[in-house]
Amino acid sequence: MSHDASHPAHLAHHFDSPEQQNQSSSLGMWLFLAQEVMFFGGLFVAYAVYRFKYADAFAVASGHLSLFWGAVNTVVLICSSLTMALAVRCGQLGDKRGIIRYVVATMILASVFLGIKGLEYAHKYEDQLVPGPQFEYVPDFDSYSVPVTAETADPNFAGHVQLFYSFYFVMTGLHALHMVIGLGLMVWLIVKAAKNHFSSEYYTPVEMTGLYWHFVDIVWIFLFPLVYLVWRH
Amino acid sequence: MSSPSDHHHVMPVRTYLNVFGALLVLTVLTVVVAFFDLGPLNVAVAVTIASAKAYVVLLYFMHVRYSNRIIWLTAAAGFVWFVLMLALTLSDYATRGWLPYPEAW
Amino acid sequence: MTKSRTHYLNVNHTVGSWLFTVDHKRIGLMYLGTILFFFLLGGIAAVLFRVELMTPGSTLMESETYNRLFTMHGITMIFFFLVPSIPAVLGNFLLPIMLGAKDLAFPKLNLASWYVFTIGGLLGLGSIIFGGVDTGWTFYTPYSSTYANSQVILAALGIFIAGFASIMTGLNFIVTIHKMRAPGLTWFRLPLFVWAHYATSIIIILGTPVIAITILLVAIERIFQVGIFDPALGGDPVLFQHLFWFYSHPAVYIMILPGMGVISEIIACFSRKRIFGYKVVAMSSLAIAILGFFVWGHHMFVSSQSMYAGMVFSILSFLVAIPSAIKVFNWTATLYGGSIKLDTPMLYALGFIGLFTIGGLTGLFLATMAINIHVHDTYFVVAHFHYVMVGGMVMAFFGGLHFWWPKMTGRHFSEMLGRITAVVIFIGFNLTFFPQFIVGYLGMPRRYHIYPEEFQIFHVLSTAGAAVLAVGYLLMAAYLFHSLILGKRSSRNPWKAIGLEWTIPSPPPTENFIDTPVVDYEAYDYSLERAYEDDEEDHS
Repeated sequence: MSHDASHPAHLAHHFDSPEQQNQSSSLGMWLFLAQEVMFFGGLFVAYAVYRFKYADAFAVASGHLSLFWGAVNTVVLICSSLTMALAVRCGQLGDKRGIIRYVVATMILASVFLGIKGLEYAHKYEDQLVPGPQFEYVPDFDSYSVPVTAETADPNFAGHVQLFYSFYFVMTGLHALHMVIGLGLMVWLIVKAAKNHFSSEYYTPVEMTGLYWHFVDIVWIFLFPLVYLVWRH
Repeated sequence: MSSPSDHHHVMPVRTYLNVFGALLVLTVLTVVVAFFDLGPLNVAVAVTIASAKAYVVLLYFMHVRYSNRIIWLTAAAGFVWFVLMLALTLSDYATRGWLPYPEAW
Repeated sequence: MTKSRTHYLNVNHTVGSWLFTVDHKRIGLMYLGTILFFFLLGGIAAVLFRVELMTPGSTLMESETYNRLFTMHGITMIFFFLVPSIPAVLGNFLLPIMLGAKDLAFPKLNLASWYVFTIGGLLGLGSIIFGGVDTGWTFYTPYSSTYANSQVILAALGIFIAGFASIMTGLNFIVTIHKMRAPGLTWFRLPLFVWAHYATSIIIILGTPVIAITILLVAIERIFQVGIFDPALGGDPVLFQHLFWFYSHPAVYIMILPGMGVISEIIACFSRKRIFGYKVVAMSSLAIAILGFFVWGHHMFVSSQSMYAGMVFSILSFLVAIPSAIKVFNWTATLYGGSIKLDTPMLYALGFIGLFTIGGLTGLFLATMAINIHVHDTYFVVAHFHYVMVGGMVMAFFGGLHFWWPKMTGRHFSEMLGRITAVVIFIGFNLTFFPQFIVGYLGMPRRYHIYPEEFQIFHVLSTAGAAVLAVGYLLMAAYLFHSLILGKRSSRNPWKAIGLEWTIPSPPPTENFIDTPVVDYEAYDYSLERAYEDDEEDHS
């Protein structure tokens, strides 16, 4: 283990250079994200199978979600991705105050997203659309909000609608959980930035949190059309 | 593998704003398209637009454009593997009705 | 102790120095202790139900107990022993040393993985203590999600959590192999052990998250009564099988590939030859890792999966045989003309080659749709995967453990007892599992403990074999434990092997290498002078 003068404090003993350390972190983070793709991927495959089998039920069920709030949340999350990207840019430039400013902005946007999500959940709870024993859905054939097809006339139609909501809650719930973890990471970033740990030479944690946050954004980019936009015409 | 400049490649704020604008436009587009009945193409269009958005986020926000090959490969592997999982699973569901099983063994 | 040299074992003796260590070698040993505990647990379950199976009727236990025992055996052996065994123990210990690195890229993550694994293991253990699980290790829905009245949630969470330990290890390995190789250690100079772990880690990263989400869905379905696979709502239980086998078939390769890496090391050393077709063997690991992902449907030929999907999966399954066969052929070609020494590790390696070949070839029977329907869920399947898992993987694990035992502990085990035990285990194994091929072919279904009398002879043979196997394992435990205290001290390179791990003292110092090594030779270059050097100078 060499203790030459060029050995900066943030360099762990088993790495030879900060470059090697940063590249290792970066590759590690990307592998983690690949893992995350497959984690959500399992859910998306299951969703795809059911949507393939019960297209009409999924269309009807999706129509009960609020397109307005879904779209607002999409915009909010894209904004938060922008602020996060700018926070990383401040990291590259060694702008400590910039990091804090943009990370706080990201956290505010994330909180708005989660707040809206919470309201949507509460609304679904009132409508008894939360899956489980209390789930209640009566297809409304009379007002033509549900067209009569071979599938919607299936006595188990309500069951298929419930399946949609199972996926809605599990998918958006896991996504929200990832956001909460992201918020925790950002608190850590602010503490580290305030303690002056970052410089233009070392801002790896900002960079990695940024990658994580953009991944969370990408998941939502796919969730939004798949969950909210099934049947709008 | 890569020069230090890869890691420190600073993009102008303008690039970020352009990407942001593109993402907003694509979001509006995907909502608008959803109101047209394109039959089975609806899903295809929605997923294509979402993929385009994800691609832009990957390239610019996540700096993949300026990263070395192994990062490219890792990012690609996740998506390719997901698509293969989806394709092989759906190959079962899509072909189930093709040939009836004997009624009794 | 005549000469006191500081190494990773004696650098510090406190409990805290182990529990908070970030030294990959110590973490490897901690993993060794943990997985051997689960091996013992799974083994005890096996002994119990093998005794029950000696008689056609229900003698010792009822069906409920029997179901819980074979489930316990499956879950502990697969998720808490086989999956972590070679990567987390030998891989952890050796990978950084083979790369000439001081540690894995993320030492804290490595320690965290042990804790996560242990927590997962404790939940699994809890599920056994609070009454066990009766779903079989496969957790098929809707039985597991709706009907089973056992500790499914605990076991599912345990597996979910242990999965993340495995992901952490895999991630760490890939980054370490990419970024921390010593100067001169190019990709095609890497030991095949490293290649095998690289391939394994790819499967872990891309496969394990899928089982995590799947098993989480089962847990969610049970806890919140949210229908996901529930047929009452129109849910599809076969979908669970798709997702489950998307991981669990590649998981077979997670288990066997590291074993293949160990065998390559041992074969090269004890035939004093470079592995025949080194590059092809390295690439075949990657081929197995990739192809292994696209064959999962061969577990589902009789589960109402479409026949067309079945055909595709069947063909793809045959393809996996190609890289696997390449390995077997290349090992045999390496043996040809080599100066073979039949030391203990070599006996395990040779056992591996034979038994893995039987296990692999019977896998082709099972990938054939028509034959699969005949032998589906019979003891033929049980025998097949035990030939791969125990005959292959466990043999490789013990071969590797013996091979690197002097490196890890600095002590020699009794070579004579080692050889005897290897033979006992080989005999015991075949006596246990070969009759199961026959009885399975004759129609004995798996997971039943009451069976027609004409099958009894096979079950008695099998139980007798299990007893021999148990004696072998206990004997091994005895002499290995004995060697820790009274074993002869080992030199730097007791087997005269080539590889960076043999250039440093046994046991290695905490930082592995005093100076970063420079590699200017090919892997397994047994023509090198250094392979024959006498290294008496560092005997103590």
